[in-house]
Amino acid sequence: MSLQTTSSQTIGPYLHIGLTWLVTDNLAAPGVSGEKVAIEGRIVDGDGNAVNDAVVEIWQANAQGRYAHPEDTQDKPLESAFKGFGRVMTDNDGVFRITTIKPGRVPAPGSGLQAPHLNVTIFTRGLLKHLITRMYFSNEPANDEDPVLQRVPAERRQTLIATPSGGRPGAFKWNVILRGERETVFFDY
Amino acid sequence: MTSRPQNLQKNLRTEALAGYRKPDRDTQPDYYYPPYASTVKRSPSQPLVILPTTLSEVTGPLFGYDVIKANDSDLTKQGNGDPIGERIVVSGRVLDGNARPVANTLIEVWQANSAGRYPHRRDNHNAPVDPNFPGCGRTLTDTQGHYRFVTIRPGEYPWRNHYNAWRPAHIHFSLFGAAFATRLVTQMYFPGDPLLEYDPMYTSIPNERARQRLVSTFDWETTIPEQALGYKFDIVLRGRDETPFENDMKLPG
Ligand SMILES: [Fe+2]
Repeated sequence: MSLQTTSSQTIGPYLHIGLTWLVTDNLAAPGVSGEKVAIEGRIVDGDGNAVNDAVVEIWQANAQGRYAHPEDTQDKPLESAFKGFGRVMTDNDGVFRITTIKPGRVPAPGSGLQAPHLNVTIFTRGLLKHLITRMYFSNEPANDEDPVLQRVPAERRQTLIATPSGGRPGAFKWNVILRGERETVFFDY
Repeated sequence: MTSRPQNLQKNLRTEALAGYRKPDRDTQPDYYYPPYASTVKRSPSQPLVILPTTLSEVTGPLFGYDVIKANDSDLTKQGNGDPIGERIVVSGRVLDGNARPVANTLIEVWQANSAGRYPHRRDNHNAPVDPNFPGCGRTLTDTQGHYRFVTIRPGEYPWRNHYNAWRPAHIHFSLFGAAFATRLVTQMYFPGDPLLEYDPMYTSIPNERARQRLVSTFDWETTIPEQALGYKFDIVLRGRDETPFENDMKLPG
């Protein structure tokens, strides 16, 4: 028997009431292994105006490249202190900040490995359904062989790649443009 | 919708993971829907890129009872006194597209108070705030996918989308399901609400029957005598293909 998926509706402007309790802006708890990264980004609309009422969620593997989920049966260690889920709200300037560890590489379909990436969802007023995107890391040779990046037209790939920020070790910048010129690549899955 | 490039189909045939089925297109709103004015500047203009099924999409965050406190599912018990308004019980089941229960999944809800006001700094509607109604709750489904909230019937409220715009009474729902691919945020409406047909969020869904599935039904079974009316709202998250082979059969070409 097959059922139709319930229709999506916008998260609206008052999302904070329901979702703030689960804000998780630091996944790199003491004892979690891996390279600590501090990601900062700004979300803007088609006019370049700050989107100050968005929630950004991330889902990622641990530093060894294993997801904390029963579907991931790889023979790699799990870390009890690392769940892989993050949730942050944008501030008045449309800025979000999240601290985590750089994920390891997870299997690609068929064979090979994907490049390190965060799976990202964006919800905000004006989005009738959420946006799905990915954040990759610059200066990562594995990006060239990543099967998802390969599907993205070359001239738009940069929108998915966070760049080192301000010379501080582990600091990355990744802005999201919802619409217009240099619009971020969003996925349908 | 972009189609899969020819040269990637061979790779997909060796894929070992079953994917999640896409909803029928007319059951979901498009991003760009000008009657809902905020979509005009916030929706993507480029076609979405189709993701293959990878381990990243078929895994996802899971939450346990450790994140839920007593009374989190009773929105009438979160202040120092009783909130104003009509008590209701909202319950239902969370199923997947294969009609199987989605067990132990987190549901988050939030809503306006009975006067149609949110306790939020950006809500400047001149209806009263109710100090006994923070307006949010959460729960986990049980092993059969059942959930239940006790709350206050939310009021309708005006918004500035167009002249004399009013939102029908609604409760916001957020669900995770088993995987990154099953995340869903939606709204539950109430039967017989005359505002529905004027609401661009509701009418953004092209398929009439899909719209109606967002409208809860009055339910005697869960109505508590002399306490609260019951409303039923079932939710379906994306279903997974049984095998990777079935998934491959759906590829064009
Ligand atoms: Fe609302």
